[in-house]
Amino acid sequence: MIRTHYEPIQETVLTETLENGLKIFIFPKEGYSKNFAFFATNYGGMDTRFFYDRAWRDTPMGVAHFLEHKMFDTKDGNALQILSANGASPNAFTGAAITGYYFEGTEGFQENLETLLSFVSEPYFTKESVDKEQGIIGQEIQMIEDNPNWQVYMRLMAALYQEYPVRNSVAGSQESIAQITEETLYQCHAAFYHPSNMVLCVAGDVNPKHVFDAAKKILPKEGKGRIARDYGKPERPRVHEKDTTLAMEVSTPIFQLGVKLIPPEDGRERLRQKLLGELVCETWMGTSSPLYAKLYEEGLINQSFFCGYEAYPGASFLIAGGESRDPAALREAILSEAERLAKEGVDETLFSRLKKAVYGNQVRSLNSFEYLCVEQARAYFAEEDLWIFPQMYDTILKEDVEKALHDWVDQERTALSVITPKGAGE
Amino acid sequence: MMELSKRELSSRVKLIAIQTDKFKTSMLGLTFLEPLSQKTASENAILPSLLRRGTQEHPDMLAMSAALDDLYGGVLEPMVRKKGETQCFGFVGSFLDDAYIQEDSKVLESAIDLMAELVLRPAGDGKGFIEAYLDSEKENLIHRIRGRINDKQQYAVYRLTSQMCQNEAYGIDKYGEEAQVKEITNQGLWSHYQSLLETAPILLYYCGPAPISRVEAAVREALAPLLCGEGSKSQKEVEPRSSKPQEPRYFTDNMDVMQGKLVLGFRLDSPKLAPRDAAVLQVFNALYGGSSNSKLFLNVRERLSLCYYANSNVDKQKGILLVSSGIAFDQYEKARDEILAQLEDCRKGNISEEELLSARSFVMNNLRLTEDAQGRLEDFWLGQSVAGCDDDPAAILSATESVTKEDVQNLAKNLWLDSVYFLQGKEGKTP
Repeated sequence: MIRTHYEPIQETVLTETLENGLKIFIFPKEGYSKNFAFFATNYGGMDTRFFYDRAWRDTPMGVAHFLEHKMFDTKDGNALQILSANGASPNAFTGAAITGYYFEGTEGFQENLETLLSFVSEPYFTKESVDKEQGIIGQEIQMIEDNPNWQVYMRLMAALYQEYPVRNSVAGSQESIAQITEETLYQCHAAFYHPSNMVLCVAGDVNPKHVFDAAKKILPKEGKGRIARDYGKPERPRVHEKDTTLAMEVSTPIFQLGVKLIPPEDGRERLRQKLLGELVCETWMGTSSPLYAKLYEEGLINQSFFCGYEAYPGASFLIAGGESRDPAALREAILSEAERLAKEGVDETLFSRLKKAVYGNQVRSLNSFEYLCVEQARAYFAEEDLWIFPQMYDTILKEDVEKALHDWVDQERTALSVITPKGAGE
Repeated sequence: MMELSKRELSSRVKLIAIQTDKFKTSMLGLTFLEPLSQKTASENAILPSLLRRGTQEHPDMLAMSAALDDLYGGVLEPMVRKKGETQCFGFVGSFLDDAYIQEDSKVLESAIDLMAELVLRPAGDGKGFIEAYLDSEKENLIHRIRGRINDKQQYAVYRLTSQMCQNEAYGIDKYGEEAQVKEITNQGLWSHYQSLLETAPILLYYCGPAPISRVEAAVREALAPLLCGEGSKSQKEVEPRSSKPQEPRYFTDNMDVMQGKLVLGFRLDSPKLAPRDAAVLQVFNALYGGSSNSKLFLNVRERLSLCYYANSNVDKQKGILLVSSGIAFDQYEKARDEILAQLEDCRKGNISEEELLSARSFVMNNLRLTEDAQGRLEDFWLGQSVAGCDDDPAAILSATESVTKEDVQNLAKNLWLDSVYFLQGKEGKTP
């Protein structure tokens, strides 16, 4: 077991790698009655084509998410019910590159942890239960397709990327999930749910040895190493489409603007791009920037406005979104401000203030056990050492932000996705 | 390691302070508690955003943001909430603890000062708000009200509530309505705000590592002008609801959507709940539709595959329970009947020992988790203040432990279906 203390953020992380390849991270939290356990696989909605058992496999969209629903079924009943009956609040989510199962609880930690490890590692599917799930997930898909914020984001991904699979819905479509059978589920489970493709993160006042012992006892003795995935041809730097628009039952236009970046190969460089990306956004259009104040006063944005940096394996981009009466005018204002800042430079006082603020926001997130565990899992899969961010912040200078604005932002790399209100009587 | 203190700083200003070193940040709150009313809902709702635009010392958004950035990315957010028939509006803030800051600083005092500025010294000439700020916040509030339709699930709940409780304060939305926003004038709002400052009940909240004496001293100094007024402190009674209809009322809307949204509104026969009844209501809710072990989850979703979600929620202040589900349009009757059949089951006492245990432990787990989460804790104490109840999570925990099957069954018998709402597709459109 390795104990690492990160002084600036006052966090200690215990790490252990089991013989089967499972990585375990523990955040000791003395004095808390709350505990949180997160068990995740490096497998998400993007991973539809992969190499397993001597061949490339093509699977329908939505399998990772379908699996997430079905994993809770066990021979002895539903793990969701078992965990909640034992006083824990269990849940799970599927992202483009990760599927995670977790519970939050206050008592019975050890028992709940063992339940979590067992149900995620032991598949139990029947034709009947898979058929039944088609109905439930079918309604989940209808629900998200009615959600304008989901639509605007998915359409932005499809505009930014030509082929890269983050442009596909994690949940799949009615048609794609209809092709999923229990055999598909068993095969994908075998390919991705083995210890060397997974991670366990725990936060709470727990005994580390008990955590390691439970994992050794319950999980398979061997992992299967890395699984190769095919994400299609390398993306060119420019966007697939500059504009995309859909009419829905909304009151006012909803927009998301994306700037496509080139993600670095190296983990350390990726973390640096993330921190730099966040600082670039804050300087450019964050709530403290002159642009934000101007746009807010002109009524082009309101409190729903957000901006930030996002990354998936093999892709990264800046994103801004919210409601706006005139998204096209907003895009022009945002892009010309980037040009101005790259040319005239960033105000020194503003920049040092923003660094403080962004740092404070990062530290604030660490209050959440969920954040610690989920971000640790993502960072592990992405091969990043997340908790050195305070030191890395110190190396980012005003000139780096100016250069990034100059190098990153132009019309060719920018896409705008808009949901417009459906006209009355349509 | 957690010390709770409640202090009456004046006849209408209360401070709830929790000292704990669990968190890396301190949480601050200043909330006005006013009875919801048609006349003032929009005026109250616009105030936090309008005040947030600037103060005498920090007259615009840039100056305000700069002050917050200097406090290591401090946050002071305008908040509007509805608890029962009380409108709660003001600010909730979060600030980094001094321990994470290298230089010598007093973030807490500066943060409290900033919050006091927002409330006591709005930007302008001292006789009214800045006209341009008011205009743009009116515009924003109108957008927010119109934006209700963007989230269909919440919209369905809003449509049910406003029609089911049409003649009650509970039927008023926390933001009021567009027509009322349009009627807001600078003079009217200014004098309304001045009277709030003199009379409205205010809850101050702190949760963080600072000793309570330090918090109280800082608050007393920064907010001194609020502490001298006497206040009216009129305790408002829950308004009598419209009389029990013979038959449930049915409401529908049509929209061009993929999925139908069904909401059922139930009422308790005696809405004024004693603390123990509130615990029974929570356990019943967990058992009926509030948890993943509930009858609705296991039957409407898992057994019949009708939906992705079928939840129940309670407002303990008002004694109302809402069931909400997203379904295919043609499954409306089947889903509604199953939701009602599950309630009937509870009334008949078809409740197993496991169901009861699991519901109790769900509620108890949530209460314990509340103590470990700053945001939840703030919302919890705001709710308690509105209800005029002093019980902390531990007291509710022990009340929950004693809830029996008969309690739950009796509660189910006291619930009656008032209204059913369905958001359906465009006429003639089949999914």
